[in-house]
Amino acid sequence: MSERITNHPVLGPIDMKKEVSFIFNGKIYKGYEGESIAAALLANNIRTLRYHEESGSPRGIYCNIGHCFECRVTVNEKQGQRACLTPLKEGMAIQSSGMLPTPVKEWRETYV
Amino acid sequence: MYDVIIIGAGPAGLSAATTSANEGLNVLVIDEYMKAGGRLLGQLYEEPDGTYWNGIKESNHLYEQARRSGAEIKLRNSVHNIEKSGDVWLVYTERATYETSHLLLATGAAESPLPVPGWTLPGVMSVGAAQVMTNVHRVKPGKRGVIIGVNPLAAVIASELQMAGVEVAALTLPQMNGLNEEAANPKQVMNQLLHVAHMAPSALIRQGSKWMKPSIMQQLGITFYPKSGFKMWGIPVHLRKAVTEILGDEKVAAVKLATVKPNGDVIEGTEEIITCDFVCIAGGLYPLTELAAVAGCPFYLVEELGGYVPLHNERMETALDGLYVAGNITGIEGAKIAIAQGVTAGLTMASNHGVPGLEARIDQSIKEIEHTRDSAPFHFHPDVKKGKQIVQEKWEEMMKAEQPL
Ligand SMILES: Cc1cc2nc3c(=O)[nH]c(=O)nc-3n(C[C@H](O)[C@H](O)[C@H](O)COP(=O)(O)OP(=O)(O)OC[C@H]3O[C@@H](n4cnc5c(N)ncnc54)[C@H](O)[C@@H]3O)c2cc1C
Ligand code: FES
Repeated sequence: MSERITNHPVLGPIDMKKEVSFIFNGKIYKGYEGESIAAALLANNIRTLRYHEESGSPRGIYCNIGHCFECRVTVNEKQGQRACLTPLKEGMAIQSSGMLPTPVKEWRETYV
Repeated sequence: MYDVIIIGAGPAGLSAATTSANEGLNVLVIDEYMKAGGRLLGQLYEEPDGTYWNGIKESNHLYEQARRSGAEIKLRNSVHNIEKSGDVWLVYTERATYETSHLLLATGAAESPLPVPGWTLPGVMSVGAAQVMTNVHRVKPGKRGVIIGVNPLAAVIASELQMAGVEVAALTLPQMNGLNEEAANPKQVMNQLLHVAHMAPSALIRQGSKWMKPSIMQQLGITFYPKSGFKMWGIPVHLRKAVTEILGDEKVAAVKLATVKPNGDVIEGTEEIITCDFVCIAGGLYPLTELAAVAGCPFYLVEELGGYVPLHNERMETALDGLYVAGNITGIEGAKIAIAQGVTAGLTMASNHGVPGLEARIDQSIKEIEHTRDSAPFHFHPDVKKGKQIVQEKWEEMMKAEQPL
């Protein structure tokens, strides 16, 4: 669904960056080193970054520039990191925060 | 201990850093984002002369300039508090506390939220978020989007999405609810849009548009179509319809559109569904002033500038000794004006720090801000100059009131 804009009529071809692997909620994905975690996940078609602490409703990025804190995830066991401000690194382990996601939801998110 | 600390590595902060470091000051710039450039990074539009304003290139240029001038730039660090202690400003960040004689707030702007039922669904994002995803990260925010809120920023970003191959199904109003009356009133919105219509975003879009027949409106890229609205650069703009709800289970699947009366009331039974996989909320911009408020700066509400702004003079000094402002924190405008304001702030700080002989250059730089404003391709608010006048008057009133009789 979501995809990378490899060629842009004005901005030109995308910068060739180093591909890295990372883990999100126990699954392995690929992204580019130094891009934001939020961008890497969206490029992998993942919009849900956390579940609301009380209602359990799914949440994704909202502002994408660090203002709203909607995108909080746990990165290498450090809680409350803003996915839109955190650069991706090889081997990063990222976890949704809030209520635990159900496997069925995650499966649907990825495959349906 | 620094001579100057600048919070914000956007166009205003970077140009202030270069200017003050070039005068021999010891300068630190702090920004929480991963890249320098601030909101300039995502910008992309065609200038009246046919060249492109490429935010990434401009940001890199400003960043390199600041680095070469000797300024130190620390990214990925948020400032959460500032405080004056004697003659020294303390800057509290996530990682350390820094000290400085002169502190410049160049924190820029933020987007106003526009709550719509369903707006917490993944896939709903601010229009600026879509801009950054597309132009900076080069990831499509989705395949087909609906933009809620019709204003200059929404129109410009809609065109940027199109350029990147993302379909914009519609620009529509939010439902009027008293809170967002201005954003939801078709007549006012139309007037606003006419101010950006000449900025056809791309020759590709202009020439590729099937709706072009020679008339003034069409030269502007606007075609009216009966009852419902018009097309701008090929994108349907609905001024009689509003989004009443965003639909979806785990993520955005569609929006519900309904016809509204000229005063914004919904007409029952006119609902239709537009499918999409993302929704942008364009609630407009306001100056990001929290740190100035924490410091105790006097403020004034100026609608023409986008909200509350810290009172300041033409030299970019606030009412607090050693505290300065530049860029969108002083009112919502384009990046070129922020750059010009940064120069003035940089020179003022250097002068106050004891660098002699800068007065003529400060005066010149103030004129340059005016000149840049006059030649800007568009204004976020058509009466921005009036807004600037108000700030000036309020500043003078405050200064008079403070003077002993
Ligand atoms: C989402 C968005 C989209 C925009 N798009 C356009 C456009 O297309 N065209 C246009 O002409 N104008 C646009 N603008 C207006 C834009 O604000 C100006 O063009 C210009 O970038 C303002 O420059 P600045 O230096 O004042 O602030 P900014 O460019 O906003 O830079 C401020 C910097 O301060 C940093 N910062 C803020 N608070 C803190 C803190 N507490 N700690 C650490 N760092 C902090 C931010 O991370 C940011 O990098 C947009 C603004 C926004 C918010
Ligand atoms: S999306 Fe708003 S802080 Fe990350």
